[in-house]
Amino acid sequence: MDSQVSVGQAAVARAEVRRRRFNLTPYLFILPHLIFFTLFLAWPFFFGIYTSLFDFDFLRPERRPFVGLANYTKLFDPASTEFRDFWRAMRNTGEFLLWSVPPLVILAIFLAVLLNGRFRGRNFFRMIFFAPYTLSVTAAAVLWWWMFQFDGGLINHLLASIGLERVNWLSSMPEAWLAITMATVWWTIGFNTIIILAALQDIPPVLYEAAAIDGASTPRRFWHITLPMLRPVIVLVITITLIASANLFGQPYIMTQGGPVQRTEPIVFRIYIEGIRNAQMGSAAAMSVLVAGLLLVLTALNFRFFGKSETE
Amino acid sequence: MTAPGRRVDDTEGMPVGSSRTYTVIQYGLLILFALFFVVPLIWMAVTAFKPINEWLSPNWIPNQPTLGNFTSVFEDPTLPVARWFINSLFIAAAFTILILVVDSLAAYAYARMEFRGRKLLFGLLLATLVMPGIMFLIPNFITIAMFDWLGTYQGVIAPGLAGVFGVFFLRQFFLSIPRELEEAAYVDGASVWQTFFRIVLPLSGGALATLGVITFLVSWNDFLWPLLIVGSDRQMQTLPVGLATLQGQYTFDYGKLMAGAMVLSVPVLLLYVLGQRYIIRSVATTGLKG
Repeated sequence: MDSQVSVGQAAVARAEVRRRRFNLTPYLFILPHLIFFTLFLAWPFFFGIYTSLFDFDFLRPERRPFVGLANYTKLFDPASTEFRDFWRAMRNTGEFLLWSVPPLVILAIFLAVLLNGRFRGRNFFRMIFFAPYTLSVTAAAVLWWWMFQFDGGLINHLLASIGLERVNWLSSMPEAWLAITMATVWWTIGFNTIIILAALQDIPPVLYEAAAIDGASTPRRFWHITLPMLRPVIVLVITITLIASANLFGQPYIMTQGGPVQRTEPIVFRIYIEGIRNAQMGSAAAMSVLVAGLLLVLTALNFRFFGKSETE
Repeated sequence: MTAPGRRVDDTEGMPVGSSRTYTVIQYGLLILFALFFVVPLIWMAVTAFKPINEWLSPNWIPNQPTLGNFTSVFEDPTLPVARWFINSLFIAAAFTILILVVDSLAAYAYARMEFRGRKLLFGLLLATLVMPGIMFLIPNFITIAMFDWLGTYQGVIAPGLAGVFGVFFLRQFFLSIPRELEEAAYVDGASVWQTFFRIVLPLSGGALATLGVITFLVSWNDFLWPLLIVGSDRQMQTLPVGLATLQGQYTFDYGKLMAGAMVLSVPVLLLYVLGQRYIIRSVATTGLKG
């Protein structure tokens, strides 16, 4: 009897432990997110690569043959039209990186230093500097497309008022890049500025006080204290800006339609044309995989060369 | 990552501005840049209130100010601006509510609960942060097409719910809540759900408001994804997609286009002015790229 009871109690206890061990509640909490995560972030990672191995014409569901790596080899075959379109768009994107990243980083450091410290109106200026970032790319691009119009555009009005020739901003090179860069800097620099400003405020004032006692001038203090202390955040900002600029789409879509003669047609625009307008999704997926791979390498190199990664 | 709730504006800055000349130069530059950011917005409004014969002239005050541009974009039957506004509002509101519900549930589990596979799943979530978004564009478009969701609200909304930013943001906040509060609730016999809804969520108003404002802005402004999903159906377009259509079609109707740009921009600028503390703080502390 006695032993039977204790066996029974042990069984109950084991069951209790098992019930406690497998608790459904946490899974119910994560389930809704996990469903969407699986469908639209985990699955497409593989599905994108899978699609890139097919001649996937969106409008011809009955005929989508497996083609192996043909969508990739085309991109490295100088005789194919895809080669020409893809690498032109890649070069355009590279050009835009050169146009946009330096001002978006250097000017942001400058603006953050201007906003740093305690002074009257600081929050007001900070609010103004960040305001354009809250707009849609459509609003920013339509606005700057209007600013840069040959007839009636504000920029040409200003040029005319100081006696200069009007410029065909949106249909000549490199003016079109200048216009797109201007719109982009206006729209997004507030974001970089705020991040750098937050990092500036984390620099211990003691460092500056010590330097002041040592008689270091303001430029020297900036060079020897501020910049080294900002290094991690600058690496982060450069990375974020590189990726954002590499994803350029809305500004040329609206301001130049990729022109003149596809010279401002960046890679995301090309993928959009190839995959959505021309319905060649296999080819567009292959382009996306290549571009994503390049961006990952770029990010890794950036952190490697310019500083240690700050895990965010 | 800095702890959430840290205020940008109450920390000591570097002691600059000691000399008077520096102050003058500083204010001069600040005003110059403020003009750079504000003047285009003023020019947008000026153009929107000008009649057609003044669009191309450089005057800053319309000689005959008019609401005609606004009425004509709202009344033109081929341009359902009012419908676009409603589409944008519905999509942004529904998306924001869903994000808050879905992400707060998941974030709480990742912050406080022990379960098999937690480390692995959380690692997977983290890994997607470095994945370039361009990878997902084509496959997600095909998935939405397979669901027959092209041209629908759910087609625009659903993929964004996979995002991990909100989960990380809220998890970080939940971790900062003292555990004792929840333990006291369990001692009193509350279930996990009761503790979550009655103790944790009421403490998270600020974090939820921050995530909500940001999510609404990002969704309201989104361009590329809605363009893919509803771009070909004029009645289903959102304001950013619709305005791009408008610009392609009425290329030289600058006044109407600026009126449309204002309809798109003024709501977010208002939201920004009202909720700027939440927005700027969260950008400063987490380095969010919307």
